[in-house]
Amino acid sequence: MTDGEPGEGHPDTRDVAGMADVASDRFDEAQLSETRSDETGFDEARLDQALSFLARRLSGDFTVDPFGFDEDLTESVLLPALRMLYRHWFRVEVRGMENVPSDGGALIVANHAGTFPLDSLMLQVAVHDEHPAARHLRTLAATLVFQLPVVSDVARKNGSTLACNEDVAELLSRDELVGVWPEGFKGIGKPFAERYQLQRFGRGGFVSAAIRSGAPIVPCSIVGAEETYPMVGNLGFLARLLRLPYAPITPTFPWLGPLGLVPLPSKWMIEFGEPLATDQYEVGAAEDPMVVFELTDNVRDVIQQTLHGLLEKRGSAFPQFSRSE
Amino acid sequence: MPGTVMVVGVARYLGARIASSLSRDPKVERVVGVDVVPPARDVGPPGEDLSAVEFVEADITTSAIHEVITQVGPDVVVHMNILATRSDAGGRAPQKEINVIGTMQLLAACQRSETVRKLVVKSSTAVYGAGPGSPALFSEDMAQGAMTRRGYEKDASEVEAYIRGFSRRRPDVAVTILRLANVLGPIIRTSLSDYFTLPAVPVVFGRDPRFQLVHEDDAVDAIHLATGEDRPGIFNVAGDEFLGLSQALLRAGRMPVALPSLGSPFVRGIMRRAGVADLDAVQVRFLTYGRGVDTTRMRDELRFTPRFSTVETFDSFAAAQCGRALLDRGRLATAERAARCMVRTFRGDGG
Repeated sequence: MTDGEPGEGHPDTRDVAGMADVASDRFDEAQLSETRSDETGFDEARLDQALSFLARRLSGDFTVDPFGFDEDLTESVLLPALRMLYRHWFRVEVRGMENVPSDGGALIVANHAGTFPLDSLMLQVAVHDEHPAARHLRTLAATLVFQLPVVSDVARKNGSTLACNEDVAELLSRDELVGVWPEGFKGIGKPFAERYQLQRFGRGGFVSAAIRSGAPIVPCSIVGAEETYPMVGNLGFLARLLRLPYAPITPTFPWLGPLGLVPLPSKWMIEFGEPLATDQYEVGAAEDPMVVFELTDNVRDVIQQTLHGLLEKRGSAFPQFSRSE
Repeated sequence: MPGTVMVVGVARYLGARIASSLSRDPKVERVVGVDVVPPARDVGPPGEDLSAVEFVEADITTSAIHEVITQVGPDVVVHMNILATRSDAGGRAPQKEINVIGTMQLLAACQRSETVRKLVVKSSTAVYGAGPGSPALFSEDMAQGAMTRRGYEKDASEVEAYIRGFSRRRPDVAVTILRLANVLGPIIRTSLSDYFTLPAVPVVFGRDPRFQLVHEDDAVDAIHLATGEDRPGIFNVAGDEFLGLSQALLRAGRMPVALPSLGSPFVRGIMRRAGVADLDAVQVRFLTYGRGVDTTRMRDELRFTPRFSTVETFDSFAAAQCGRALLDRGRLATAERAARCMVRTFRGDGG
C-alpha cells in the first residue's frame, strides 16, 4: 500500500504531469539556446513558470511526501542550482546510464568521498538529467544530517531520508530509486592520501534491504569527488568538541576563510555498472550473513575495479590546468 | 452487538462526540458516559447532543470507577481519558495522574468485570516519540524504541504497557488501541490548534517538520468503528498525505517567527509567562523533527478509510479557526494575474 503518497488518488493526472515535466525540461533547454542566440534576453515562458512557482510557494500549494521530499522545490530551485556545478564546475561525464532501470525500485550503491557529500548531490543530478525517465534519486543520509538545523530541512526536501532499514524498505516498496553510500563517514572523511581506496561497506545492511525487497543493486563508481576538498589534516580535538565525525583541513580551508569552502574544480566521471539482481534469492536470505557478505564484497569489488579504470581514463584531475601548461 | 457501551472521559470534546455518535447507532442499546464533571449539553456540531447518553459522575483515578463498572455492567468500554497536553489537565502532575493512574484503575475494574468483552483505547502517535533518528514512517510494531521519553510520550507508552498486561490476564477481552495522529478540525481545540492560532507562530530556525493530521470527524468514526466491529489490535490512524509546517503556516496565512530553539527553558519560560504558548518537551520535539506513521494496517485490517486528507483537515481547521489570512489565495491569484498582465503590457510596448 502506498498511502499518503501525493497524487495517489489520481494516478493518471500524476503520470501526465510527470510527462509534462520531462517535456517542459526539454522545451526549456531548446528555448534557452534559442534565447541565447537571438539575444533578446527575454523569455516569457520562463517568466511564466517563475511566476506560477512563486504563487504556489506563497500559497503553500504543493505536496511533500512522507519522507519530506518536495518535488516542486527540488525541480524548480535545488536541481537547477546543482546543475550549474554539475555542468560547468565539475563537467561531469556519465557512462552506463542504461544500467539504471527506468521504473521500479532499485538501489544505487556508490563510493563516498570528498569531506562534503557533493558526490550524492551530483549523482542526483546525473540520474535526473541524463536518464530518459528523469528519475529522482532518493539518497540515504546519516543521523548527523537530521540533527543539524537547515541541513536536515534541505536534505529532506531534496529527497534524502535517514539511512535505516525501515526507510529503505519503504522507499523500495514505493518503486523509488534509492542512493546509498555504505562507506559512510569512513569514506567521506578519509585522508586525501587514501583517495579511491574503498573503505569497509558498513555491515551490508543495504544488501539485506535489497534482497528483502527483491530490488536490483546498481554499482556506481564516482571519480572526482576526492579532489574537491582534499583532506590533508583532521583536527581530532575540535571534531570531538563539536561532536562531528571529523574537522577537516584542506589546502584552502580554513586558511582562505569562506573562500576555502569553494570546491576545487576537479573533473568528474560517473559510471554505472551492470545491475545485480536480488530476486533470485530465497526468503530468509536477507538474514543469512554469508549471502549478505558475499554480495556486499561483490558490489565493492565491481566499484573498486571500475574506479581504477575510470581514473586511468580521466588522467589528471584538473585537465583544464594541465592543458594550459 | 455492542449492547451497553461506556465512554470514559465524556466531558471532553472527542469523548462527547463519540458518546453522541454511539447513541445514534441503532445497534447500541445504551450509552453511559463517565467523567469527573458533567459534559456540556452542546457537543459542537449541529444535530449532535447527549440527550440519549446516561451520565455517571466518577473519578477514574480512584477506585470509584470499579463500582460504576459493576453497576452499569458495560459490554464495551471506550477509554478516551488520556490527555495529550498538560494544559488540558492543569499541569504535568495531574496529567500523569489522570493518564497513568486513571488507566490502571480502569483496567483493574475491567479485569474484575464479568460483562466487559471489549476495550477500545484512544492512544496517540506520540508513543513513537520524534527525533533525528526516527524512521520516516513508524509502523505499529516500532513503539518500543530506545528513545528517551518524558512527559506525555512516556505516559502513552506506559498506558499501552498496562494495556498489554491487561490483555495477557484477560485474553477473552478484545482490545483495540487506536494511535491517533494529531486531531484537528473546525471545532476541536487541541494544543496544536492553539499553536496555529497564535498571533505569531514560533518555529524552530532551520527546521520544517512534516506531519499528518486526523480530522475530528474521522477520529470519531474510527473509534465508533472499533467499538462496533471486532477488530482487535493496534492501529495508527492518520489522514492521507503530509503537510510541512511552513506550508501549513502559509495555507493558514500565519506569521512564523523563527527561534533558535523552542526547547530551551528560557524561550519556553518567556512564552509561557507571556501567555503565548505552553509548549512541553513533547510538543517541542514534534515541532522540531516532525513525525510520520504508516497507515497500511488501518486500511487493510481495521478497514477504515478517512474521509479527510491531512491537507483537507488543516484547511477545514484554518477556515474555521484562523480567520482571513494576509496572503490568502484570492489575493495571491489577483497578484499573479496582475504581474502577468504587467509583463504582457511591457512586452507589447517593447515589441
